[in-house]
Amino acid sequence: MVDIKDFGEYETAWCPGCGNFGILDALKKALVACGLGPHEVLIVSGIGQAAKIPHYLNVNVFNGLHGRAVPVATGAKLAHPGLTVIAESGDGCMYGEGGNHFISAIRRNIDITMIVHNNQVYGLTKGQASPTSDEGFVTKAQPHGVYSSPFNPLAVAVALDAGFVARGYAGMKEHLTDLIVRAIRHRGFSLVDILQPCVSFNKVNTYAWYKERCRELPIGYDPTDRELAFRTALLFGGRIPLGVIYEKTGRPVFEDRFTALKNGPLAVQKTDFDALRAIIADLA
Amino acid sequence: MSFDEFNILIGGEAGQGLVTIGELLSRAMVRSGCYILVTQGYQSRIRGGHNTFSIRAGADLPLAPQDELDVLVALDPETLDLHRKDLKKDGLIIASGSVGVDADGAVLVPRDMVLSGFENTAVLGVLAFLIGIESALFEGLIRDTLGKKHPEALDENLAAFKKAYEWAKTNTSRRMDVSKTCKTDRSGRSVMLNGNQAIALGAMSAGAKFCAFYPMTPSTSVPLTLIANADAMDLVVEQAEDEIAAINMAIGASFCGAPSMVATSGGGFALMTEGISLAGMTETPVVIVVAQRPGPATGLPTRTEQADLEFVLHAGHGEFARAIFAPGSIEACFHLTHRAFHLAEASQGPVFILTDQFLADSYRAVEPFNLEGLAPVRAGARVSDIEAPYRRYLITESGVSPRLLPGFSRHLVVADSDEHTEDGHLTEDLSVREAMVKKRFRKWTVVLKEVEPPEYHGPEAPETILLTWGSSRGAGLEAGKRLRQGGESVGNLHFDQVWPLAQDQFLGRLSSAKRVVSIEGNATGQFARLIRRETGFDIKDRVLRYDGLPFTADYILERL
Repeated sequence: MVDIKDFGEYETAWCPGCGNFGILDALKKALVACGLGPHEVLIVSGIGQAAKIPHYLNVNVFNGLHGRAVPVATGAKLAHPGLTVIAESGDGCMYGEGGNHFISAIRRNIDITMIVHNNQVYGLTKGQASPTSDEGFVTKAQPHGVYSSPFNPLAVAVALDAGFVARGYAGMKEHLTDLIVRAIRHRGFSLVDILQPCVSFNKVNTYAWYKERCRELPIGYDPTDRELAFRTALLFGGRIPLGVIYEKTGRPVFEDRFTALKNGPLAVQKTDFDALRAIIADLA
Repeated sequence: MSFDEFNILIGGEAGQGLVTIGELLSRAMVRSGCYILVTQGYQSRIRGGHNTFSIRAGADLPLAPQDELDVLVALDPETLDLHRKDLKKDGLIIASGSVGVDADGAVLVPRDMVLSGFENTAVLGVLAFLIGIESALFEGLIRDTLGKKHPEALDENLAAFKKAYEWAKTNTSRRMDVSKTCKTDRSGRSVMLNGNQAIALGAMSAGAKFCAFYPMTPSTSVPLTLIANADAMDLVVEQAEDEIAAINMAIGASFCGAPSMVATSGGGFALMTEGISLAGMTETPVVIVVAQRPGPATGLPTRTEQADLEFVLHAGHGEFARAIFAPGSIEACFHLTHRAFHLAEASQGPVFILTDQFLADSYRAVEPFNLEGLAPVRAGARVSDIEAPYRRYLITESGVSPRLLPGFSRHLVVADSDEHTEDGHLTEDLSVREAMVKKRFRKWTVVLKEVEPPEYHGPEAPETILLTWGSSRGAGLEAGKRLRQGGESVGNLHFDQVWPLAQDQFLGRLSSAKRVVSIEGNATGQFARLIRRETGFDIKDRVLRYDGLPFTADYILERL
């Protein structure tokens, strides 16, 4: 049996009180709940404080470049479909630099889970606006307040008919654990956007601010209703809904479409020299 | 009338089917036993414009394109205007009836055939008769190729071809007998393919399993060839959202054990450069094909140049080992790509193939590649060879650390773009940084050990050496051969690998010649500069071409 201790216990580089701790804890619990051994999991991350998360876990890790976790995860899944592949990073990495990859992964419906630590600010570079910062949010780099409107990842995901779209909050660990479990179990692309207080650089979206607003979706909410999901995804203000906002099953999973992958991971597939000879002979 | 060799140019607008005519004619010549060399010229547009498909055919291997023509096939008036000057005095013009020329001796394909909707097969019928290739050979080819592509139109294509062939028989008087040009003992032995196809085949022979790409001329036919054979060869090929995604996907797939590649051109490669550094730092094997075209920026998108050597050499931030192959022939495209995959795995890092539009699109007749003794890459180390705890970046004497693949054992594989400890976790310990830089640098030895020696033709102590790299090989060799035939003391030194350089392989030869001339498809002599930087040997004489066209022997000889 897999135990939470199997996923390790490490010293971190995060600020005391950081929302990342709650997410790390929920992720470990979710992996245990899914019954996954550390060697069966690959976490791919980008750059930023959130992207350090795989270093604090016993799993296979590829910690790549800013914004590029999703394409690396896509390539990994296409080479080894049996691995549970999670792409995990912050809002700047996934929605800013990685925006095009986010959209493309949804369109492919590749079976990876994308976990985004969304603290609405750039922590590692010390407090600039992120793609999800609210309009008017004041920083040293945006002294007159942010001019752009915030990126809405949930609405974009619903608009693109993503298979699984959820929002969690780092301060509600049990609820978050359940969301991550469901996201990992969903076959096809899944997004878990996690609201995460940044105690050092975001003095607006604090624990108290989130506590006042975050509410679980009502019992009886139908996540298969796409119009309802879209309306729900637009709510971000006095009340912020948490939970599985949209779920659609039955869309073909990307890696299932490749005939080569019907025989398992690419690494163990032989090269058929007779087939290659025939291809060359055909060029006569 | 018979020839040692035969040059034909087919010109017209895009959309008129000149590539179909060209490919069928080339294949017919190859099946008749000819060696061929095709040069394609096209413009960055889907319809219209001026496009050419030139074939140089002979009993001996043609080394480079040739400007002088025996036959000019004009599907539009512009082709006549532009290329008539290249036609030999007794050359033959075949013009589509819609061109409406009254040139002396021009064979005009009747308008009703041209307007039939099968203009290209009608022109091919006339051409086939006039150059003396049997109708049956073409009919078989049309069945094999057009029949596969457009089965619904096969009968009409065949009928148009036969009608035109019969028309030419009774209505034309001049004929060139190409069948005697080529020795027939080679017939049925050659295959016909271009540089990009050869690269794709080389990749498959090395066990390539994954390719990601964003379409960009002139590299696209590499992934397209892989896609055409993906099911037969168990490959995964994905058109990525951009080149940044393509290189990162390839790195992700390679991390999980799939021998991986990307193919692009200068502009796309510019986007990939952060990924090149990622491969260097994470020590992930990946093969990168850069098919050069003139830049900067969008440049001349469909023409040829060799001006990205310095870019590829320096691409990526930081320092790490790399190798750059620059094949000069179709055979080299195949074999060097095979080697590139093995070297990428052996050195655990990026390996480059630098080709260009000319070579990418140049069809040649070659012996079918001998696959005996070619083994596919075996990705990763054996688990049984690993000491626990497993450390991905174990500091070793060779600099190469044991590479395990995630998910195949209980060992965890940790790779990091940050500077990292032996177990793969990020560190800011500066003594670890220094040790890791040294470890990665020891991999140069692995790369240096494998350097492909330059190829030399000519007398042992020549007065002049013509230096080439990549696709300028053929024109350089032909120029050298012609000079030697004229009694001059000239040698050809050609580099199929341009980085790293092993100076003991060539410096002695360069130093002993009176004159060294670097022949390069760029405006600044990038390879000559690289040699000077690495060896101190200064090559002052250069023949440079940067008008978007490939070298010919005449171009070089006029400027020597």
